[in-house]
Amino acid sequence: MRRLLPQIGLYAAAALVAIVILAPPIWLLISSISSTAELLRVPVHWIPEAPTLERYVQIATATGGDSAANFRRSLFNSLAIAASVTAICVTVGALAAYSFARMSFAGHGQLVYVLLISYTLPPIMLVIPLFRVMGDLQLLDTIQGLVIVYSSLIMPFAIWILRSYFQTIPADLEDAAMIDGCTRLQALTRVILPISLPGIVATGLFCFLASWEEFLIALIFTSSPAAKTIPVAIAEFTGRHAIDYGMMATGGVIAALPPILIALLFQRYLISGLASGAVKG
Amino acid sequence: MTTASTVRHSSPQRTQMSHSRQERFLAWLLIAPAFLVVFALIFIPIVRALWMSLHVIDLKRPALGQPFVGLGNYADILQDGSFWASVGRTAYFMGLSIALEVVLGVAVAVLLNQSFKGRGLLRALVLIPWALPITIDAIMWKWIYNPSYGALNSLLYQSGLISSYRTWLSDPISAMHMVIVADVWKTTPLVILLTLAALQTIPPALYEAARVDGASAWRSFWSVTLPLLRPTLTIILVIRTMDAFKVFDIIYIMTSGGPSDGTKVIAYYTYLEAFSFLRQGRGAALAWLMTLFIGVMAFFYIRLVNRETEY
Repeated sequence: MRRLLPQIGLYAAAALVAIVILAPPIWLLISSISSTAELLRVPVHWIPEAPTLERYVQIATATGGDSAANFRRSLFNSLAIAASVTAICVTVGALAAYSFARMSFAGHGQLVYVLLISYTLPPIMLVIPLFRVMGDLQLLDTIQGLVIVYSSLIMPFAIWILRSYFQTIPADLEDAAMIDGCTRLQALTRVILPISLPGIVATGLFCFLASWEEFLIALIFTSSPAAKTIPVAIAEFTGRHAIDYGMMATGGVIAALPPILIALLFQRYLISGLASGAVKG
Repeated sequence: MTTASTVRHSSPQRTQMSHSRQERFLAWLLIAPAFLVVFALIFIPIVRALWMSLHVIDLKRPALGQPFVGLGNYADILQDGSFWASVGRTAYFMGLSIALEVVLGVAVAVLLNQSFKGRGLLRALVLIPWALPITIDAIMWKWIYNPSYGALNSLLYQSGLISSYRTWLSDPISAMHMVIVADVWKTTPLVILLTLAALQTIPPALYEAARVDGASAWRSFWSVTLPLLRPTLTIILVIRTMDAFKVFDIIYIMTSGGPSDGTKVIAYYTYLEAFSFLRQGRGAALAWLMTLFIGVMAFFYIRLVNRETEY
């Protein structure tokens, strides 16, 4: 009995945590497959009588300027932006991170911290002055405009994580490669990058998640379906007078799927990246 | 970190290398692309925002031109009661949400550090709120709080906890707390993940020793676990205050700063000034005040973190 009671407490607590975590997203999922009539039932009908995938089909197949079609477009915009930002931040970031981790030059120590400062800035600080500049450069309301701004915002973070990762790799490895006749760059591309793959994957995932979720800048810089991202499209669902709750829930589920799948599939990479990026200085 | 790199650079081979000019050139060359991007899109805009903050830039009244007013915008803001009210609301949001996140986060992390069946699954579940984009978190909770069709009203009503439906987001005080709930649900997992990573580095022998000495589980949490978690908790505090201070997305979607400005936090206030009232000079001054405030916090935090990690 003395052993059993704490055990029961442990499982009860674990069950409670699981319910608190799962209930809200499951409710969103249920709402997305309930009929509109059922969603407007009072009190709530917890289990849908006639679950339907109609809204998902609508988002997948709608054509023209329909709101479902626009939502699909924002999904592709977000994908294109997140993929480009990830590619830019990882390649450019890896070069800089290697330099910060392994080479020394005047101002090298201070520069890392300058980069870090830029990461703590409120985004509104950049949006106000950039708004006019982007307008002058014809980059407002374009995917390219967002890619450029996001890359610069996320880059310092990518450098920070990659630098911590490179520092965990023994310098002897490159020294050996260089004694064998490799140049610095060859040592980087042939020795360091391949063994840093887990760190690079983690960094890439963080970049992807950060650009997928960014809201404020996209809200201000985009105005047409050609450039709006998922978070902006989602926010618009709630801003209307006659809110289509079912469509809002469906959009939410679709937008949440890529990051949640990434998180579950790459658990190990993300957690170690999180720990090394944030906890280790 | 500093010590580690000093040791590395002082090895004879390294010193020789860092003296070579070619090496120094390459070091800069590798940084150059990143530096250019960050310089052009972060540092130039910051300076431009400073310039803007010293002028009246009212896009609704272009006839005014852009007269220089020195620190006029700053003086106006600091004398404005609604600015201080939004600072107060931001502080309340930060204080309460971070306190809840840390207490709940540590509790769940300790739970996940025990051994029980299904622990791996529960650890994976924790990642779901963490990965969920904040805008989805906001629409999800807004739908749950819906006064007529929301799950919260129905759940509380059906279980007899309330006798009539409530309008959760229509009262300033209730709205603030509901937004905090949505934020705590989304952000506690970050605290859990970071704390759990730290817990796993505590050697089991320490708990063993505490038990041999007759310490209860509660006692060994306070005397063994918590002191060892301090550096991690300090860093969590740093990350979370910096982030919570800038809270915007969840406010924009759930309440638009309302009702009667009850959730108008500083970032939302700045957004309204710059992009709704189009007073961009004043907006830029507000953004600079926010940044200065974060800078002051960062200064104290760096000292705190350095002290924490020194032993």
